Amino acid sequence: MAVGDARGRATILGRFVGRPAGRLFAHFLRESKSAAGIIVWIGIGIVLAIIFMAILAPFLAPFDPNTKVANPETPPGGAFVMGVDRSGQDVLSRIIWGARIPLAIIAVATTISLAIGLPMGLLSGFVGGRLDRILVLVMDSIYAFPGLLLAIVIAAIIGRGVLNISVAIAIVYIPTYFRVIRNHVSQVKQEPYVEAAIALGMPRRRVIMRYVLPNVAQSIPVIFSVNAADSVLTEAGLTFLGLGLPPGIPDWGFDISLNWQRFEASWWATFYPGLFILILTTALTFVGEGLNDILNPLLRKRDLKATVEA
Amino acid sequence: MNVLLEAKRLSVTFETSNGPVHAVKDVDLTIEKGTTVGLVGESGCGKSTLGRAILRLLPENARVNGSVLFNGLDLAILSSKEMRDIRGRNIAMIFQDPMTRLNPLMRIRDHFVETIRAHDPTVRPEEAVERALKVLADVRVPADRMSMYPHELSGGMRQRIMIALCLLFKPALLIADEPTTALDVILEAQILQLLQSIMHEYDMAVLLITHNLGLVAEFADRVAVMYAGRIAEEGATVPLFREPRHPYTQGLLRSVIDLDTMKLYSVPGAPPSLLGESVGCPFVPRCEKRMAVCETVFPEIRLVGEDRRKVACHLY
Repeated sequence: MAVGDARGRATILGRFVGRPAGRLFAHFLRESKSAAGIIVWIGIGIVLAIIFMAILAPFLAPFDPNTKVANPETPPGGAFVMGVDRSGQDVLSRIIWGARIPLAIIAVATTISLAIGLPMGLLSGFVGGRLDRILVLVMDSIYAFPGLLLAIVIAAIIGRGVLNISVAIAIVYIPTYFRVIRNHVSQVKQEPYVEAAIALGMPRRRVIMRYVLPNVAQSIPVIFSVNAADSVLTEAGLTFLGLGLPPGIPDWGFDISLNWQRFEASWWATFYPGLFILILTTALTFVGEGLNDILNPLLRKRDLKATVEA
Repeated sequence: MNVLLEAKRLSVTFETSNGPVHAVKDVDLTIEKGTTVGLVGESGCGKSTLGRAILRLLPENARVNGSVLFNGLDLAILSSKEMRDIRGRNIAMIFQDPMTRLNPLMRIRDHFVETIRAHDPTVRPEEAVERALKVLADVRVPADRMSMYPHELSGGMRQRIMIALCLLFKPALLIADEPTTALDVILEAQILQLLQSIMHEYDMAVLLITHNLGLVAEFADRVAVMYAGRIAEEGATVPLFREPRHPYTQGLLRSVIDLDTMKLYSVPGAPPSLLGESVGCPFVPRCEKRMAVCETVFPEIRLVGEDRRKVACHLY
């Protein structure tokens, strides 16, 4: 019953998002009442809430984030739900506006690293040989650096700005896509159906696109959300160190760096931006871990099914 | 005599961390147009490797020597693009494990569309589906299977679909690598009858790789018996089964249960390791008729008797 149900959904969805994606999504919907499914939904809910908060910042924020609106370090209460920081700016308004930068940077950075890491992983894993060894070596040496340290170096070289920060973070996360995809590809490459496709005269490009890619696609959403969670921290770290953005732009990491020395006098100005970094990271981790639980058993289940049929 | 495929002194060596493994050594094999050649031998004797070597489907650590002439064209010197064109169009291959030979995330229809468009990108998907339906009817698969995913089909159905994929371009040669090993006896007979009728219909030669002597006796015109990477004996099916010359062939034929005595003979010992170089006849340790010369001199394969029978043994 449940299977037939999902197949119907897969067909309808398949028209819009391509069949493999449709099947993955149908599987996800079917699993959405399990513990992992609930965790994913909670994560998605929080991330969406923060995205809406960022988009609607002009309407939601009670004050201008860059204007002195009260005496510095006014504690939370009254009109200032989260208090006022050492410059007299409303902490809540800065948090609402400050969601924009991390979200934009994460979106751009994870997309860039996906767009570079995925094709390189596919090629390296499928072609193998010397190309593979060289790419693995390069990627492993990037991976060996602590992420934040590497991002600091790159950001210091290419300078400030939202796009530059995104590029710096993207470079840090290319190897995670590369490694996961490449290893998965070198496994799928051994599958009998890949050999059968080659034996039927399929060109290499079609084999990769139609036979290998769909069968490794289930790894992508998981790495995407785990990387996104990690890059929130990297972004906050960069801006905290003053490497990321031009001054004046509200940003959670930047706000912590502005206020942490005054923690004892006005803890709220440091605590609340930190809390939001924590919430966003946790929500993205929920999505990633939950998806991992849901999507990876898909392989095991399919194998089981094949065995039972045989 | 109308030669379709001719392997000449074909050798395949795998470079491994333990040294070179000679999986196929100096094999001569001829397949005539429209005929079936059975390639028999025990597991690991190199018969599947030989089949893959023809289509150049071997892994990177394989070194191939000798030549494979297909319609007079040396396959070894073709570019990879030219070879890709041959695969599926002129020479096709079906495998032992139909359960895992279809992409689990692709509908049957798309397998056909992809295969046809791989060779002829100008064909529109609708035309490809039409062509696929004709071939599907030939392998007796109902048309509604086209919209299904592989996991919704049985092993026999999947093997028929694999065969249909191979037939799309009416190849002159089909390499069937143990096509029925993973299927039950009933299905085995069905699939083989199907193959035979299709062979006649499509005027196709078949290289039937198997360890099942019964299949070969029934379907093959000629038989090549492989042992330790070499052809031990080769000849027309009926005379070879009536009067096997090579001691290994004799042992192999006795290894089928005898219903009168209910006894099962087995060739003593195990096949030799193919790692490194060897001297003498590879069958010596297991041979009941060994002579002094067998230990030191390798018996080259040569014509013995009628029907172009060839045997690699010092007895003849």
